Amino acid sequence: MTPTTISGQDLPWELPTRGRVGMLALIAAEASIFVIFVVAYLFYVGKSLTGPTPKDVLRVPVFYTICLLSSSLTIHRAIRAIQQGRISDFRNWWLGTIALGATFLYGTAREWYRLIFKDGLTIQTNLFGTTYYSLVGLHGFHVTVGLVLLSFVLAFAFLGQVKQEHTYRLDVLSLYWHFVDAVWVVVFTVVYVIGR
Amino acid sequence: MRIRLNRGVLGTVLGKLFPLSAGFAQNARPTLSPTSIFSPVSSPADSIFGLSLFVLSVTAVIFVVVFSLLVYSVIRFRKREGDDGREPPQVYGSNQVELAWTVIPVLIVATLFMATVRVIAGIQNASPPTNAVEVVAIGHQYWWEFRYPALNVVTANELHVPLSDPNHPTPTFIKLLSADTNHSFWVPRLAGKTDLIANRVNGTWIDPHETGVYLGQCAQYCGTQHAKMLLRVYVQTRDEFNRWIQEQIQPARITGPVSEGQRVFETTACINCHTVAGTVADGRFGPDLTHMMSRETIASGAAPNTPENLRLWIRNPAAIKPGCKMPAMALSDQEVNAVASYLETLR
Amino acid sequence: MSTDVVELHQKVQVASPPLVGRLHEWITTVDHKRLGIMYILYALVFLGIGGTEATIMRIQLVVPHNHFVSPQMFNQMFTMHGTTMIFFVVMPLVFGFGNYLLPLMIGARDMAFPRLNAFSFWMTAFGGFLLYFSLVGAYGLYGAGNAPDVGWFAYAPLTSQTFSRGHSTDFWNLAVLVTGIGSIGGAVNIAATILCLRCPGMKLEKMPLLAWMYFVVSGLVLIAISPLTAAQIMLLLDRYLGAHFFDTQAGGSAVLWMHFFWIFGHPEVYILVLPAFAFNSEIIPVFSRKTIFGYPIMVAATVAIGFISASVWAHHMFTVGLSSSANTFFVVSTMAIAVPTGIKIFNWLATMWGGKIQFKTPMLFCIAFLFQFLVAGLTGIMLGSAPFDWQLGNSYFVVAHFHYVIVGGILFSFFAAFYYWFPKMSGKMYNETLGKLHFLLFVLGFHLTFDSMHIPGLLGMPRRIYTYEPGRGWDTWNLLSTIGVFFQTAGVLVFVGNLLWSYLKGKNSGSDPWDAWTLEWSTSSPPPAYNFPLIPSVRSRRPLWDLKHPEDPDWRYE
Repeated sequence: MTPTTISGQDLPWELPTRGRVGMLALIAAEASIFVIFVVAYLFYVGKSLTGPTPKDVLRVPVFYTICLLSSSLTIHRAIRAIQQGRISDFRNWWLGTIALGATFLYGTAREWYRLIFKDGLTIQTNLFGTTYYSLVGLHGFHVTVGLVLLSFVLAFAFLGQVKQEHTYRLDVLSLYWHFVDAVWVVVFTVVYVIGR
Repeated sequence: MRIRLNRGVLGTVLGKLFPLSAGFAQNARPTLSPTSIFSPVSSPADSIFGLSLFVLSVTAVIFVVVFSLLVYSVIRFRKREGDDGREPPQVYGSNQVELAWTVIPVLIVATLFMATVRVIAGIQNASPPTNAVEVVAIGHQYWWEFRYPALNVVTANELHVPLSDPNHPTPTFIKLLSADTNHSFWVPRLAGKTDLIANRVNGTWIDPHETGVYLGQCAQYCGTQHAKMLLRVYVQTRDEFNRWIQEQIQPARITGPVSEGQRVFETTACINCHTVAGTVADGRFGPDLTHMMSRETIASGAAPNTPENLRLWIRNPAAIKPGCKMPAMALSDQEVNAVASYLETLR
Repeated sequence: MSTDVVELHQKVQVASPPLVGRLHEWITTVDHKRLGIMYILYALVFLGIGGTEATIMRIQLVVPHNHFVSPQMFNQMFTMHGTTMIFFVVMPLVFGFGNYLLPLMIGARDMAFPRLNAFSFWMTAFGGFLLYFSLVGAYGLYGAGNAPDVGWFAYAPLTSQTFSRGHSTDFWNLAVLVTGIGSIGGAVNIAATILCLRCPGMKLEKMPLLAWMYFVVSGLVLIAISPLTAAQIMLLLDRYLGAHFFDTQAGGSAVLWMHFFWIFGHPEVYILVLPAFAFNSEIIPVFSRKTIFGYPIMVAATVAIGFISASVWAHHMFTVGLSSSANTFFVVSTMAIAVPTGIKIFNWLATMWGGKIQFKTPMLFCIAFLFQFLVAGLTGIMLGSAPFDWQLGNSYFVVAHFHYVIVGGILFSFFAAFYYWFPKMSGKMYNETLGKLHFLLFVLGFHLTFDSMHIPGLLGMPRRIYTYEPGRGWDTWNLLSTIGVFFQTAGVLVFVGNLLWSYLKGKNSGSDPWDAWTLEWSTSSPPPAYNFPLIPSVRSRRPLWDLKHPEDPDWRYE
């Protein structure tokens, strides 16, 4: 037997939704990992015994940063579109987000190619190399995972399977993408501003 | 300082609980434990001991109070035989009581904190006076290298320091480095432990006011033979210490033509690891052997320095210290004997 | 006496499905109750394994210069023992009881994410299998050993390729990494469940204290496990891609690993202990027949502990040579956390005060917990005073302290919880006489082993040594310590036997054998798959008290 409602207690009972709470909890854990890599980066600034320094080899990736940060805007527009039932607008904004994210990854790949083959900086070279590749790489990994997830949704969208009632779930997913962008703001500041 | 009074009373109490470290009101002379933290003979260990008495007293009082309340409530408020089955009065809380038992612990904690901070500063912020003896200790897997840079002495495993008169202290300041993994320098009667961390310079200091041999060992897991990385500190009078220094500065005594043992020593891999000053042996991986016969133990305290142990150690180090870094060189009995005889000339 | 609760469900006879079918059901289950039980059984198996490792160590240390096992084997034993007990016994128990009880106590049908729940369990379980696979799989250079031997905190640079050849360290690294992912999944689930699935009327301030404690646990897991995961990724990069995070030859820092590890390690011990607090907060009131004293302050103290625990980590590093200001700061934070922790002990005492205490097995373990946790807390204060720690740290005093917390505090609470909720989980009553026998044997063994252990620490015995010199005054205490192991083993065997026998042959317990007050006792024992036929609606912290005492309901006083 269960305790019955005690009279006078018909409160409206609204609790947060579990998708959002779950994603925020996950974001908290991921943020914690990034904090540690950022701490390691800052701790080792200037402590390399040899090899190229940040000033020598780093070039600020302005264009690619703009791409990534704009993708937060595009995904926001996409969510608004699906919220209002504008499916094809949603598809376009979503596609734009993926394109911008992919461009960012391409930029990272280009930068790494130059650093490894022209400047001779690898993860083994010195402390700067170790902390740079691991921090930027960890972020890039999270971007990649995000792009994979976003691409799944895009595929479903092109198959006509994404409807207005999926707004909430897509909104939760966009939280992850916003997190990835926010992390880039921190990583950018630490690597290209503070650390140089 | 109020601590002095406590020391006598608590000294007796603790002495009863720890018969091994009886009688430590003033000059602690342990009967059975040469490594008791309650028998300090040097200022850092002394001030920690004083602090420990204070902390122990406070925690003892807390324990007695709370434990009595626990025992009382368990006895007084147990369900009796023939109980009427009614629920007791439900008490949801009490602001005054809860405030009281928040404020009192905060005060206790504040007092403990203040006592602690003074000792931290006293020990960590001490700087060496001009007459301090300077030692550099380098931790290895699984032995201790001791260098006296100003006195040009290099030795291993057994540290000699001069006695320090409390009225005119002559402390020994020890810089702590590591050649490989992390170690920790712990001689309980002289000071708290300080770690030897790779790629880091740490330091500790002692000013023992009683002569004698003080035992300790590595206190940070450093690998397979961490357990037998033992430590001995010899506190000597100024004269004895100076004599020891003079002996240690000398290179190895040449007592005639190169012996068979010395030949074996210098043509097998021994010299890759060991130094014998004044000969071709200048390896740094293992202990300096120039004056190894002046030491009471071998293998960093793992065995007394006797002829049988020395031969056993040379033949098969793993018999004494399995997993140590010294390999068995597959020498024949005759070669082992020869090398040992040679080493026995290194006084 | 629960006369108000009516059993709605008749026992229906079904042909028992074949064994393979039943196993398949369990392996593919997403039901929080089954996953909870699987976590708990998994933990019990590893408790046996970890206990065996401890026994081997204690036999080796029973006399000086013993030759029971080699130094290499001993070093593997203490590494495996620590890693097993923390990650594969207590953490699974934490998540096992949490997953089982939370939905039932908050009036929900399951956890927020049932499939994530299953994923987290299997990740945790797999981590344990991976660690133990090292016994067969970790080929290294001769002498490098099989199982990891770097200690459960795996300090750098001992874990670098230079000093740990072969793969044993990698097994440690990856196993703990994998189980950490499981823990994070579990924490996400717990947080979402508590925030989103409470039944109508159960505002946060009306939740059982167990839910509050688990809420703080989930927050701690989210912020504390990740630093370890990060550090382990760094170690992996060091060992396999030539990175230099902890490579002291290239300017890397050994102390950095320590910071990262203890930023995880200290909150971790609060993750382990808060559920023990939760169990005591549920069990002590029921067997004292009084509501918990000071619910709001218990919540506030728990949250405070959660926050402060993130700031005390370097008290594990007092001997490392940090500056005097750093050491001072960590003394402050460590002493500060003693205040909310101590307050809880007073609240539990006050709950018993004026009550009608029944000495059933769960309550016996809780009373022992109060005594032992008090002692453990006091030895913790001693260790928190940095200079005192310079003598006591890294010695057997520390080993005694943390075993007092983990065995004397946490394991005792888990035993209490086992006995308390066993009737709910299985529908049967355990044997009370055997329960008391377990208690007596275990208390005796525990105190023999761990009281004695403090003294060698005070007399200079460091930890993680496979043997020791005679004549230091350590011998007798080590002997006593080893003797205690056999009593503890006997106690645990009685415990396991009791649970098995009672499960198979015990009397039916009914839905509410303890006349308790939280929602899990309102449904049948064991609960049906859907937990409650109707989602309950509550008005106070003790909904069943309100039903059993309509003339004097809790909500009038809260």
